[in-house]
Amino acid sequence: MKFSVTVTLKKDVLDPQGKVVQNTLINMGLKDLRSIRQGKHFEIEVKENDQILAEKKVDMMCKKLLVNLIIEDYKISKI
Amino acid sequence: MKSSVIVFPGSNCDRDIAVALEKMQFKNQMVWHKETKLPKSDLIVVPGGFSYGDYLRSGAIAGKSLIVDEIIKAANSGCLVLGICNGFQILTETGLLKGTLLRNKNLKFINKDVHIKVMNNNTKFLHKYKQDQILKINIAHNEGNFFTDKNHLEELKKDNLIAFKYCNENGDVNEKINPNGSLENIAGIFNSNKNILGMMPHPERMIDEIVSNKDGVNLFSSLLN
Repeated sequence: MKFSVTVTLKKDVLDPQGKVVQNTLINMGLKDLRSIRQGKHFEIEVKENDQILAEKKVDMMCKKLLVNLIIEDYKISKI
Repeated sequence: MKSSVIVFPGSNCDRDIAVALEKMQFKNQMVWHKETKLPKSDLIVVPGGFSYGDYLRSGAIAGKSLIVDEIIKAANSGCLVLGICNGFQILTETGLLKGTLLRNKNLKFINKDVHIKVMNNNTKFLHKYKQDQILKINIAHNEGNFFTDKNHLEELKKDNLIAFKYCNENGDVNEKINPNGSLENIAGIFNSNKNILGMMPHPERMIDEIVSNKDGVNLFSSLLN
């Protein structure tokens, strides 16, 4: 079973990379841009056919290694 | 005094710290990260560098190494642990120190000598320095922007767990002099028992007048007695 995990910086943590990308797009003429937050994306396949159990395993991976819970939020979705 | 320096793939300040420790008369051993036993040590040093190429987050992969369980056990039984630069990042990833090190605010790798102020010399690591003494120490990092939650920041202040702050040569601590955007100019912190010190500046680079200055010497001599 396959999942996608998106990791982003928490709302109140400064994201200087996102800011630079945002300013560049604005400088390129994309004036409608309101905000950008840069993050990370993982595609994870687990050996488990039960969706609830599989999701639990991915959640464990996030908590144990993939995400720094002090500064990052994450979202798991099935793909 | 026996010390162990932990070596990861990508560590690059391990030799420098070993030279500094030996110069200060420590009996030092290098310990590969795959070891499952630590030699008997009074001090464990997690050195600077780019362990695992900073993959995922700086220090994240090294923080899950086999030797880390032993470091945690030793630290919990009172062994002194010093994490410098990437070593500081690794210690936060192991949970031995709270908080984290974000990317520098200006997005640049910073390599320069900066001034830092000794914030609490009443500790095993810093008692040979004077309180509020200003040191000139090299920093060389891309992720040195210390960040933590409100409760931990309160705890750091209340319990005097801030070891160093970035300052100017007169000792003024302000945002203008902050090299990397670090919360309240914090350059180094202790754990609550003050037997673990994590710091971004490199004291091991400041032990010889010929190459720099000797502002780092007292950190090591503090540990000797």
